[in-house]
Amino acid sequence: MSTAPALKDWPLWEVFVRSKQGLEHKHCGSLHAADAAQALHMARDVYTRRQEGVSIWVVPSAAITASNPDDKGELFDPAADKIYRHPTFYEIPEEVGHM
Amino acid sequence: MYTQAMDIPDESGKKLAVVPGAASDQEAAFEARIAADGRIEPQDWMPEAYRKTLVRQISQHAHSEIVGMLPEGNWISRAPSLKRKAILIAKVQDEGGHGLYLYSAAETLGTGRDEMLAGLHSGKAKYSSIFNYPTLNWADVGVIGWLVDGAAIMNQIPLCRCSYGPYARAMIRVCKEESFHQRQGYEALLVMMKGTDEQRALVQDAVNRYWWKCLAMFGPPDADSPHSAQGMRWGIKRISNDELRQKFIDATVPQAKVLGVTLPDPDLKWNEERGHYDYGQIDWAEFWNTVEGNGPCNKERLATRVKAHNDGQWVRDAALAYARKQKERQVKEAA
Ligand SMILES: [Fe+2]
Ligand SMILES: [Fe+2]
Repeated sequence: MSTAPALKDWPLWEVFVRSKQGLEHKHCGSLHAADAAQALHMARDVYTRRQEGVSIWVVPSAAITASNPDDKGELFDPAADKIYRHPTFYEIPEEVGHM
Repeated sequence: MYTQAMDIPDESGKKLAVVPGAASDQEAAFEARIAADGRIEPQDWMPEAYRKTLVRQISQHAHSEIVGMLPEGNWISRAPSLKRKAILIAKVQDEGGHGLYLYSAAETLGTGRDEMLAGLHSGKAKYSSIFNYPTLNWADVGVIGWLVDGAAIMNQIPLCRCSYGPYARAMIRVCKEESFHQRQGYEALLVMMKGTDEQRALVQDAVNRYWWKCLAMFGPPDADSPHSAQGMRWGIKRISNDELRQKFIDATVPQAKVLGVTLPDPDLKWNEERGHYDYGQIDWAEFWNTVEGNGPCNKERLATRVKAHNDGQWVRDAALAYARKQKERQVKEAA
């Protein structure tokens, strides 16, 4: 998420679009807008001109807390040696079939 | 979306240099990721020169989208049919959208939108020179779609693999939309070519005026592009100017034949040995003259852009005042 200063006080918003019913909202970009209603209008024009979405979320960029890339090792490495969390870790006799 | 030479220096880039220093751990991590063809994201450490190069390139690219709306925008009110008008509006709106995706990508590098716009409006920042030429007749609109967007697509496809994540993602979105731009232009020309002799002459005239300028869009020859090598090493640029230009020519010659126009280059001919078309000498003096601000429409384009921005100031102010008022009202009601 950006930490760039906003356009003469128009805050930055992150835009999330649900491409079709049943799928999750996915981050697709950001834009500047005076308020949430305007951010929604602009997100429609900027990110869904070709029916790319059925629903839009806009979130003030400033409201997002992101993990620090410097903490990447500390946060994510511990999962690397826990291979027993994956189904392929377990050997099951073939005659059992799909499990 | 129209990138020309991505390494056209502007004021902000003049003092740009790669500062050699003791390689830090961060720098080593950055280099390792680039070497492994990985992606750099906004929060990752990056060398200042990499950041500056990207800001300059992405903002030039964004400005090109925005200024690129002007030559075609001139024809919206004069499109020959309601269908062509609707198509042209959609295309121009797309270009505005491309500009916004790109400004957003540049902002992730810590440069504000207002700062970039100020650079454009003061004339410090560059944009693609192709938009400093006039659109004289309706065929120009078709030729811009076919050749200018066509050249832009050649330039942009490799940028989808750019090492900077937000730029690459913006490019993927843009490339998905560009194909329509090129096809609508080519089809509009096909229709004119099936018309009267006068209409065919208009198409040929537009091709004659735009062909060489489109070839220059790929930027100076590799031998004269000192920044290119660093851009390549950083994975910002993937294919050289000359290589892209050649690809564009090879792809366009058969299209021109189907359309029934000639490309205005007596030296243009197939080279069996190279497996490519040979082509004539590009007028680089004219290119640089236009980059420096002396093309036929530089002043008009910039003035139109600045006027539009200034005329919109009251709208931006009003939207902000309204948002503040709404917020105050909410706070009062909650109290
Ligand atoms: Fe575009
Ligand atoms: Fe385009």
